[in-house]
Amino acid sequence: MAKVLMKGNEAIAEAAIRAGCEAYFGYPITPQTEVLEYMSARMPALGRAFVQAESELGAVNMLYGAACTGARAMTTTSSPGFSLMQEGLSYIACSEVPAVVVNIMRGGPGLGNIQPAQGDYFQMTKGGGHGDYSPIVLAPSTVQETVDLVILAFDLADKYRQPVYVIADGMIGQMMEPVELPELKPPQRPERPWALTGAKGRPRNIITSLQLDPPTLEKVNLRLQETYKRIRENEQRHEEYMTDDADLLVVAYGTAARIVKTAIAKARRDGLKAGLFRPITVNPYPYDTLRKAAEKAKRLLVVELSAGQMLEDVRLAVMDKRPIHFFGKMGGVVPMPEDVVDAMKKALAEA
Amino acid sequence: MSEAKEEKIVFQRPKALCDVVTHYCPGCLHGVVHRVIAEVIDDLGIQEITVGIAPVGCSVLAYNYIATDFAEAAHGRALAMATGMKRVHPELVVFTYQGDGDLAAIGTNELIHAATRGENITTIFINNAIYGMTGGQMAPTTLPGQVTTSTPTGRDTKLAGFPIRVCELVSTLEGSAYIVRRSAYNPSEIRKLKAAIKTAFQVQMAGLGYSLVEVVSNCPTNWGMTPLESLKWLQENMLAYYPLGDYKVKDSVKELMAKK
Repeated sequence: MAKVLMKGNEAIAEAAIRAGCEAYFGYPITPQTEVLEYMSARMPALGRAFVQAESELGAVNMLYGAACTGARAMTTTSSPGFSLMQEGLSYIACSEVPAVVVNIMRGGPGLGNIQPAQGDYFQMTKGGGHGDYSPIVLAPSTVQETVDLVILAFDLADKYRQPVYVIADGMIGQMMEPVELPELKPPQRPERPWALTGAKGRPRNIITSLQLDPPTLEKVNLRLQETYKRIRENEQRHEEYMTDDADLLVVAYGTAARIVKTAIAKARRDGLKAGLFRPITVNPYPYDTLRKAAEKAKRLLVVELSAGQMLEDVRLAVMDKRPIHFFGKMGGVVPMPEDVVDAMKKALAEA
Repeated sequence: MSEAKEEKIVFQRPKALCDVVTHYCPGCLHGVVHRVIAEVIDDLGIQEITVGIAPVGCSVLAYNYIATDFAEAAHGRALAMATGMKRVHPELVVFTYQGDGDLAAIGTNELIHAATRGENITTIFINNAIYGMTGGQMAPTTLPGQVTTSTPTGRDTKLAGFPIRVCELVSTLEGSAYIVRRSAYNPSEIRKLKAAIKTAFQVQMAGLGYSLVEVVSNCPTNWGMTPLESLKWLQENMLAYYPLGDYKVKDSVKELMAKK
């Protein structure tokens, strides 16, 4: 299929449609609102469900309801809205129903601003809501990759019956890039014997996250942990860029990783051997592959649009084996590649 | 001895009511309302196309008693969940079963917006003026002066505001089609309740909009009364603030009822 030039947010919407999303629920919040606008036209035209919810609480619980019927369903939001959704996401995880959530992150905390940021890493990758659950979190760094990962998110949600998040930011949501999309097909719904579709010719189904008996709730938790183990074993994804001869291994995801790639090209012109390790699944985090990649380098630099959240996972992966430096920008400030080159030089100078 | 004759069954457990012991306190009307819902489901023959949504509160385990597909919602979110289900499966009959704290405090936003969107969903709203499951705190529908564990000297409207009248509020919304208040304190009222729940389900199935049946109910345990005292208190105190009656019956609903 030919490539088309699309804005990130609109590409997310169209990717979901191509993935067979039967229901979309959302609430306006910058910088994600174009997803909602795009869906408001496309979904009804295709005979699929669209509701502009009364709040993100409403949206995530509509998502929960649609997911309970076995439909592929999605909501999208931005940081403050994602905070509101945490309650529903904990229920979705415990109920073991598939659901896709895209967070186009903005500057925080509080109302913050509407510029790109990566300050939601903790609340997205570490569960965020109450209880022991561990969502799959996919981190694209281009619009094409966002399309691919939104489609993958639906497949993984179905496969593991868990919520799957796509973590992007205002930069990816608002930029335009050429993308290739799969063909539009009618939604296919695989056999879902657990779904609430009316108890016709089968025993009735109950979907609940309530288990008053502690050993029973423990069993639910053990089953969830088993699912997360399978996810860790099968779904880790990452990209390495110019790492073979790198003295300095830069670790970054999403928009920060794009900037780092440009910075690496500049740094190498100055004779500085830098490479990029880019986690694509930030949960499950590719700890082992990062540990191995780090062994080839002399030191590491973590670059984020935050105060250093993924930094903790890098430390868990590398431990004390290599010095780890950090360069971060907060509040919606996006660093220039030159700023990152300076940070790289500083990290190596401290050696 | 005369020969055994086949007898006509005049009363039995509805098919849509599970044959189990409930966890409800003696004298609580939840069991009565559950049974009435199950009878309506049987009468309409919709057990195989109905999905219920249980609330957080005393009826959190309603899914163990009413024998249809069921989901358990987060506190107050039943109507958002129901919206998601119904929009994907308009052919299903989707109902929420919610108490006063769930519907009129933490879930007010979801209620108002599901109603104003005119979702084809039915809510059975149990108003007993108290938080039962957490042990008897003030509810949004607790009467002025009523003693609860969080209004120990009686609800002071200067401090805690006034009780919410849900039917009156929701009936102002254009998307609501059938909004009525009933009770279950005697057999006559129970029969009226059953007729209302049946109409509410039929309104949903005809796609006429949002339907809600409020049930003015009791809580012997947390009101600190015997079951009989509680029914007397309900009639003497609750009904003055929450008059029984029809608050919204759209013309389209009247036409539907005339046909049935």
